[in-house]
Amino acid sequence: MEALKQELKAKIIEVLNLEDINVADVKDDDALFGDGLGLDSIDALELIVMLDKDYGIKLVDPKEGKNIFQSIETMAAYITANRTK
Amino acid sequence: MLENKTYIETFCTIQNNEITLNGETIFKSDSDLFADFSKKAYQNFDINYPKFFKMDNLSKLAFLAAELLLKNEIDESKENDIALVFANKSSSLDTDVKYQNSISDKENYFPSPAVFVYTLPNICIGEISIKHQLKSENSFFIFDAFNSEFMTNYAEVLLHTKKAEKVLCGWVEYYNEEYKAFLYLVANEGKTEHNKQIIENLYNK
Amino acid sequence: MVKEVFITETNCITPIGFDVATNIQNIESGISGIQLHQNAMLNKPFYASTINNEELNLAFAKISPSENFTRLEKMMILALQPIVENSKLDLNNKVGFLLSTTKGNITALANPSEESFQSAHLHQLAKNIANFFEFKTEPIVVSNACVSGILAVSVAKRLIQSEMFDSIFVVAGDEVSEFVLSGFNSFQAMSDLPCKPYSKNRTGVSLGEATAAVLVSSSKENAKIKIIGDGAINDANHISGPSRTGEGLFRSIESALAEAKINANQIDYISAHGTATPFNDEMEAIAFNRLELENVPVNSLKGYYGHTLGASGLLETVIGIQSVLESKLFVSLGFDEIGVSQPINIIKENQDKNSNYFLKTASGFGGCNTAVLFEKVK
Repeated sequence: MEALKQELKAKIIEVLNLEDINVADVKDDDALFGDGLGLDSIDALELIVMLDKDYGIKLVDPKEGKNIFQSIETMAAYITANRTK
Repeated sequence: MLENKTYIETFCTIQNNEITLNGETIFKSDSDLFADFSKKAYQNFDINYPKFFKMDNLSKLAFLAAELLLKNEIDESKENDIALVFANKSSSLDTDVKYQNSISDKENYFPSPAVFVYTLPNICIGEISIKHQLKSENSFFIFDAFNSEFMTNYAEVLLHTKKAEKVLCGWVEYYNEEYKAFLYLVANEGKTEHNKQIIENLYNK
Repeated sequence: MVKEVFITETNCITPIGFDVATNIQNIESGISGIQLHQNAMLNKPFYASTINNEELNLAFAKISPSENFTRLEKMMILALQPIVENSKLDLNNKVGFLLSTTKGNITALANPSEESFQSAHLHQLAKNIANFFEFKTEPIVVSNACVSGILAVSVAKRLIQSEMFDSIFVVAGDEVSEFVLSGFNSFQAMSDLPCKPYSKNRTGVSLGEATAAVLVSSSKENAKIKIIGDGAINDANHISGPSRTGEGLFRSIESALAEAKINANQIDYISAHGTATPFNDEMEAIAFNRLELENVPVNSLKGYYGHTLGASGLLETVIGIQSVLESKLFVSLGFDEIGVSQPINIIKENQDKNSNYFLKTASGFGGCNTAVLFEKVK
């Protein structure tokens, strides 16, 4: 789980082009959207693609994303429970 | 048609790893790639705007040129009625090709929304409008080459019909590391006359 | 004195007809071009409104034996051909040519050859069409996301006012392609049913393809409608989502009204954008209410054509002009229960109504909006 969290932080920074943010800056329970990392709606869509591409998880209802992408913590828990690769 | 004269207030050119403002070189780097050059320029001018790094290359190019022309122009305490009228040759083809590659291999088919959104040339206008809060006239045109006759006519009609107080217009072309931005600000007052010949000369400098 | 500008000719090529009269007949009968498709263009079944290739080729063969045109080029040439012919204009240097598209021949990118890549350039597409008709002036391409088609009308009007041209042939078109389908799908913006603009259960767009053409002129002779005001103002809010307050659309309409010197309450009919995405339709309802346009009959033609991208604004203008000329208002197809938070007067059945002032609006990616006001010619 710890390794997955680190991996997610690095991936999010890379995929979403978060310049000036390092893995060490992101806490497990930081809000990804809003005041936290400040991600927006396109980033949320991009995270849905990332779940599919890297972990083989297809979200049936994109609205589910809201709960899953709250923080690194919630993402890691969801991926651990649902990953197919 | 009213025949009031219009003027070029300022102009900015970005090409060959160099940025000139009103004819003076203000930044140069020996970068191999536009990504590196644009990042160095961003750092050099202390542009604190992390969204810059999410943009595609066409938007980065247009954004940088607009930033240098608008940073002393915009009065944040009021509305700024500056129209944006851009043109180029390759539309958004640089990003179109990137997006096409993400859908051509059916075994590895992951269309990216963050790439797809930049497959429209006018997104760069949206980026500049957001940064400078320009709720103003905007449009993007495509020509085989810089069309000074069209650009002067369109900028003038916007000013004459009071659709805008000023017009930021010009050429923003990017395809596969080949790029050129030439943007200029047209207003009802100024020193340099705004006409087809002068625009052409400035473009070719 | 600023010049008066008119639209004197119209035409369209769509899945429900290859001329305006056939399109109107089908709209009156509630016939939509949107159908369920299952093919290699998308990894799941999708609703879209597409033009039948055999019918297209058959129609094109009647006007040209050439095999050298792409599908989209054939659609554009077919839309323009009767207009160019009817106009009997001498195609001199005061006759402009304006082409509106978002993606043009984007399907050419699937073919890796250099020649194919060149044909994906929008100015090349415009050149191919211009050469067919032997237009003398440099083609102008407007590519401004989903407002392109109606923005082209505004640009044509402005260029005539600038005295650069006396008249301008305008063509607008886009195709349904793997490129665009996959992109809208990645945005989770595709409807799982034929699109339902302004409805409670709307889930997104159905894509479509079409071309439309008009002749914009400073001459009142044969005028179908007069262009009396326009505005194309950015939201300055987000590159993919519309402003929650409809700011850019609100200001675009205000700008058009100010130029036309009429009040919002004089508008008789609005042909809105109505893509059927949750955010777009809601934003439009808010903008219309801010202008107190909530009682003006409004429709979206997306239920008949799907979202035809760079064609949509011009296609919907062509149909809107015909509504005004025939004193009719057409049902906003796909609408059932109101699904926007502010009241708007959706047209629920075909009706006879005389309209003097008609407003066409559109909004798109990049935060762009366009509004154009038309006045019936007396």
